[in-house]
Amino acid sequence: MNFLVCVKQVPDTTEIRIDPETNTLIRKGVPSIVNPFDGYALEMAARIKDQRDDVKIVVVSMGPPQAKEALKNCLAVGGDEAYLVSGRKFGGSDTLATSYVLACAIKKIEELEGKFDVIFCGKQAIDGDTAQVGPELAEHLGLPQITYGLTAEMTDDEIQVTRETEDGQEILGAKFPCLVTATKPSFDPRLPKIKDKLAARKKEIHVLGEEDFDIDFTKCGLKGSPTNVKKTFVPPVKTGGEMITGESPEELAQNLAAALDKAGVL
Amino acid sequence: MEPKTKDLWVFIETYPDGSAQSVGLELLNPGRELAEKQGGKLVGLVIGHNTDPAVKAAQEHGADQVIVIDGEEYEHFTTDAYVNALYEVITKYAPTAMLIGATNNGRDVGPRLSSRLQTGLTADCTKLAYDDETGNIAWTRPAFGGNLMATILCPNHRPELGTVRPGVFKASEPEEGRTCEVIKEDIHVAPEDIRTRLIKEMKEDASEMVDLVGADVIVSGGRGVGGAEGFEPLKELADALGGVVGASRAAVDAGWIAHSHQVGQTGKTVGPKLYIACGISGAIQHVAGMSSSDCIVAINKDEDAPIFDIADYGVVGNLFDVVPALTAEVKKIKGIA
Repeated sequence: MNFLVCVKQVPDTTEIRIDPETNTLIRKGVPSIVNPFDGYALEMAARIKDQRDDVKIVVVSMGPPQAKEALKNCLAVGGDEAYLVSGRKFGGSDTLATSYVLACAIKKIEELEGKFDVIFCGKQAIDGDTAQVGPELAEHLGLPQITYGLTAEMTDDEIQVTRETEDGQEILGAKFPCLVTATKPSFDPRLPKIKDKLAARKKEIHVLGEEDFDIDFTKCGLKGSPTNVKKTFVPPVKTGGEMITGESPEELAQNLAAALDKAGVL
Repeated sequence: MEPKTKDLWVFIETYPDGSAQSVGLELLNPGRELAEKQGGKLVGLVIGHNTDPAVKAAQEHGADQVIVIDGEEYEHFTTDAYVNALYEVITKYAPTAMLIGATNNGRDVGPRLSSRLQTGLTADCTKLAYDDETGNIAWTRPAFGGNLMATILCPNHRPELGTVRPGVFKASEPEEGRTCEVIKEDIHVAPEDIRTRLIKEMKEDASEMVDLVGADVIVSGGRGVGGAEGFEPLKELADALGGVVGASRAAVDAGWIAHSHQVGQTGKTVGPKLYIACGISGAIQHVAGMSSSDCIVAINKDEDAPIFDIADYGVVGNLFDVVPALTAEVKKIKGIA
C-alpha cells in the first residue's frame, strides 16, 4: 500500500491576538505548526500502517522552505519520505491554483515513489479554513473522494471511512485509488518518540522546485487564481454590555430576568 | 465559461424524503437581492428524489424559476452523482453565479464542481453583497479561526460560486400557493460512475437531535457545566423559555452531550433571539458560531472570561445557583406554574 498525506504548515491560530491599536492580526511570535487536521490525516494513515507491514507513507507539503520543519515533524510520526513543493511562481495561489500545483507535483512524485493507493488530506487548514483543496485535488486527479473522515479501515480492495454527516455518521467505501479528507477524531494523534524524532532530523526532505515537474504556470500563483482577496478586516467587537449585579443568586436571577423582560426577549 | 444569462442560482439540497434543507430556502433571500442587482432571474436548483416538497418550498420562498433534477441516485448524497448532475445542468444553462449551502455535503461537492468548471469558489461565507464597482459578488468569510474576515472577488470566471453558512440568513415567510415556472431536467448518472458505496448509516438518536439553527432561544453549556448531569438545569431553563440546549466544543468533546448540540466553528452557526451561555469561556471558535444572536447573556463564575466582552448581559456567579433561580423567575414572568 502506498499512501500520500498532504500537509500544510500554518500559524497556530489559537495563539493569534489582535493589536488593539491598529486592529490587525499580530503574527509575530506566533508559532508555526503542522495544520492539526493534516495531523489527523497522517494519524489515519499511520493507524493503517500499524496494522499492516506493506504500507509506505509519503508526505508532501507546498510552501516556503521553512515548511521543511513541518515535514520533519511528520517523518517522526509515521511518514517515510517527505517532499516539499516550493517556488515563487506558486505563491499567492488560491485553493484552485494550489490544488493544481499539488496535482502536478503528485504526478511527479508518483514517478519516483510509485502510484498512490490513497491520498489523505486534512479537512481544512486552520488559517484559510476553506476545506476546498482536498476535493479540488481529487477532481484534478480524477479520484473518488470521501470527506469529513473520522476513522478508516482497509479491506483487500477498498478503504472504508466513517464520515461525519449533518445528523450522525455514515460508513462509505471507495476502491483504490481515492482521496480521503480527515476531520477531528475522538482521539489524539500519537506523539513522536525521541528516537523517531532524532531519525527524522537526519532524513532528507526532497524538494521539487518550479522546474522539476510539468506544470502550466498560467494556472498557478496570483495570476492563475480565479479568486482574489479584495480586503481583510478584523471582525467588529460587540461592546457596551451590561453587568447584572445582586447580592445573591436569586437577586441576580431576578435582576437578569427583569432586564430580559424589559428588552422584550422573554 | 461564458455566462448565457444573468441568472443567479441557489442550490437547494434535499433530504432523502424529498423535502428541502432549510439552508437552500434561506439562501433564496440574499439570492433575490443579488439577482435583482445583476438583472437576472432567481433560480432554485433542486436535486433529489421525489422532490415535489422541495420544488413547492422553493416556489413558496420566492424563486422566479425552479430547475429540478430528480432520480433515485440522488436520494442519498454521493459526490459523484451530485457533481455530475451539477456540472451538466450548469454547463447547459451557464448562469452567472450559484450559492451553495455550506453543509458537509455542500462543502464536499462545491470544490469538486469548481475544479471541474475551472472557476472560483469562496468557502463558508457569512456575508454577501454586490460590488457595484466591479459588478461581482463580494463574498465575505471568516478565516484564521474567526480572527479575520476576508472579502473575496471572482472577477474573470463564471459562474462564480460560493458556499454559505447555514443559519446566517433567515428564510422569508413562505407565500402559500405561490408558483413559478418549473423545468424538469432529465439528467441521470450511471451506477458505475458512482465510485463510493454506502455501507452503513448511523443517525444520531432522534431524541438527541436538536434544531439549533431554527431555534429562537438557545441555552448553551460549556466546560463549566462539569458533566452530563450538569446540563439538566440548562434543559429546564430552555424548556421554560421554549428553547433548546446548545453546547461548546469542550462539552461535546468531553462526551457530556451529542455533537448535534455543538455551536461554533466546528458545530452549527446560530442566530437566535436569545442566547444564554452558561459556563462558556468564549473562545473565538465558539463566538464565531453565535455572535450574530440578537441578545447574548453570559453566566460565568470567572469575571475575566472573554464571553463577557460580547455579552449584552453578564452575570458573574455559579451557574448551578443562578440558572435554577433564573428558571424560577422566567416561569413567574411567563405565568408558568
